[in-house]
Amino acid sequence: MLHVEGLSKVYDGHGRRTEAIADITFSVAEFEFACVVGPSGCGKTTLLRCIAGLLAPTSGRITVSGEPVAVVFQEYGRSLFPWMRVRDNVELPLRASHMKAQRRRELVAEALESVGLSDVHNAYPWQLSGGMQQRVAIARAIAYGPRVLLMDEPFAAVDAQTRAELEDLIRSVWQRLGVTLLFITHDIDESVYLGQRVIVLSASPTRVAEIVTVDLPAERDQLTTRSDARFAELRTQVYAQIQKAKRSTP
Amino acid sequence: MSRALLGATGLLGLIAIGEAVPRLGLVPIQYAPPPSRIAAALASEAQQPRFWTAVGDTLRTWAEGLAIALVAGVVLGVVIGSVPLLRAATASTIEFLRPIPSVALIPLAALLYGATITSTRVLVVYAAFWQVLVQVLHGVADVDPVAHETARVYRLGRWARVRYLIWPTALPYALTGLRLAASVALILAITGELVIGSPGLGREIAVAQGSGVSAVPTMYAYVVVTGLIGLCANAFARMGERRILAWHPAIRREVAAA
Amino acid sequence: MRRIAIALGLPVVLVAVWWFASAGSTDFYRPALSRILLAFRETWFGPRLFDDALPSVGRLFAGYALALVLGVALGTAIGAIPWLRALLEPALEFLRAIPPPVLVPIIILIAGFGDLMKVIVIVSGCVWPILLNTVEGVRGVDEVLADTCRSYRITGAMRLRHFVLRAASPQIVTGARQALSIGIILMVISEMIAASQGLGFTIVQFQRGFQIPEMWSGVLLLGLLGVGLSALFQVFERRILIWYHGQRAEMREW
Repeated sequence: MLHVEGLSKVYDGHGRRTEAIADITFSVAEFEFACVVGPSGCGKTTLLRCIAGLLAPTSGRITVSGEPVAVVFQEYGRSLFPWMRVRDNVELPLRASHMKAQRRRELVAEALESVGLSDVHNAYPWQLSGGMQQRVAIARAIAYGPRVLLMDEPFAAVDAQTRAELEDLIRSVWQRLGVTLLFITHDIDESVYLGQRVIVLSASPTRVAEIVTVDLPAERDQLTTRSDARFAELRTQVYAQIQKAKRSTP
Repeated sequence: MSRALLGATGLLGLIAIGEAVPRLGLVPIQYAPPPSRIAAALASEAQQPRFWTAVGDTLRTWAEGLAIALVAGVVLGVVIGSVPLLRAATASTIEFLRPIPSVALIPLAALLYGATITSTRVLVVYAAFWQVLVQVLHGVADVDPVAHETARVYRLGRWARVRYLIWPTALPYALTGLRLAASVALILAITGELVIGSPGLGREIAVAQGSGVSAVPTMYAYVVVTGLIGLCANAFARMGERRILAWHPAIRREVAAA
Repeated sequence: MRRIAIALGLPVVLVAVWWFASAGSTDFYRPALSRILLAFRETWFGPRLFDDALPSVGRLFAGYALALVLGVALGTAIGAIPWLRALLEPALEFLRAIPPPVLVPIIILIAGFGDLMKVIVIVSGCVWPILLNTVEGVRGVDEVLADTCRSYRITGAMRLRHFVLRAASPQIVTGARQALSIGIILMVISEMIAASQGLGFTIVQFQRGFQIPEMWSGVLLLGLLGVGLSALFQVFERRILIWYHGQRAEMREW
């Protein structure tokens, strides 16, 4: 579904060469929920921008077999159009793809319903709380009907409680929708709680340090999953990898 | 290609187009002289003392008017801005007087002061004053409420509050006001000279306009000079702003005002 | 109630002071306010409204609208294309630094004395603030929103209309507001220098003919015009930028 092969990215500017990504290879299967986690500054966002086609890789190949691709950015406050009401924000990508008005309205209503925002469709994004704004961004991605969904630290800027709610929301969206989901985060617990596999990246110049399979049951909830002994083991394993990656920084 | 090189290319291109269009007969050459002729006219004008007198008169009218407007705008802005009742009482009047076009005063000034520098200065002061005042008022309103309360807790006197609290906050706004005012003031200075006939570059343009086809390049030369002065005024204002505010941590937003 | 009283208090006092201080004035240059108001009614509520005032305003609107279209179109192109911006920036800096009124004699040479000349004069002055502010606005669009557009395949006319122009609209409006006051100035000046009708021409005629109350009434009319147009502008601005002001108010509360 999603293959990244020998990806590298070098920023070349004003005589300074920065190797953001050295060599990354991994694949994500269809309908899989994969998390990417790594120490801060390891080029996670660069990776996502390359996969999303927003940035050209220096070398390597990225194949995404499955259209369309939707992206949810970390900066919810800046990824929604402040001059459009919630409804119009969700609808705009559909208008750009020349969909009939009737169908658009249905999709928008469904998407807003599934993130629990039916009653605020008429508000402007900036009138909502941070968590609600990120829900709007998720609704926009859902309505787009993606086969691949890319999320770039989407919950990094919301408070802990909202974050837990949004994590559960995204799990249920993924299960219901049947999308391939690549979720980037710097939070180890979050990656283990959400994903079926966790792709652990090393510090810059970035490589794949380890890929951890999360063998937790499909039904997860904040209380029991997080207090599960296996959860603790997995997060320790990921944590140890990241610590090792940090120490091996040249 | 580097930015500077591209920019120079653009300027040369503008000159080249100006040179080619009349020479190819696309516009009558006697009405739109090519830049080479304008430059020649400028060179011969620059040798005459009356040219420099005109430049001096315009600069004087501009600078004096601007100075008066700046002082009046800052003083009134700080006073009105820091007294809430005064602010509320004058808000509607300011909103009403500000959009009155300064050219409306041209006939009045011409009538009362005749074709003198004074009458043009009145226009300059009026136009520039509002720019400064409005910006300063915004600046005073922008003082952090927490800082205000802190000042009250420590019983800072009125003067100390103006000196250490209001003034530093309002300064960047005042400078923005000065920059906007400087360009408006130049427009009004030259307009006054052009229409009322007070001494300066504007009057020279009017004189050249009335002197027949042979004076057309001279007229263009004066127009170019006003543009150069405008360019310098903009550059100085921006440079001054940067120099004075180098220490200032606040992100300077340009308050929408004109 | 109290707020209305405070807002209206000073204006009422000022007008009253003018009224009583000038009542029975014998100063030829400073006639009584009552006399000016009388002249106002006699002068402007008659054929002059249609022969002078309205054509002036019509030219203003024509020139202003043209400048708006031209400024936004060119500004969007220059703002969106970096090499074009680098190429044109110094030339534009110079052109906009020329005080627009001095172009009146030049434009007369090329376009004659008619309506066309006056409209060109208004365009030549109004276009700069709109153009330059549009360039700034288009340059400063949010990168995350730009990425959002790219990843959702929002391109072409749709991107321009729903993203670029909307994102730049606060700056465009600022430029348009500056342009409006320049437009009024140029409307009056072009008529003062070269015209046989129009507001500017009429007022200068009154001044030269020493019809003092009539001249004062003209000054008053120009003032009212400026205030009226600026109020009209504010109505439009509120509608266009409702999201912008709302968002900023929201930010201040945080």
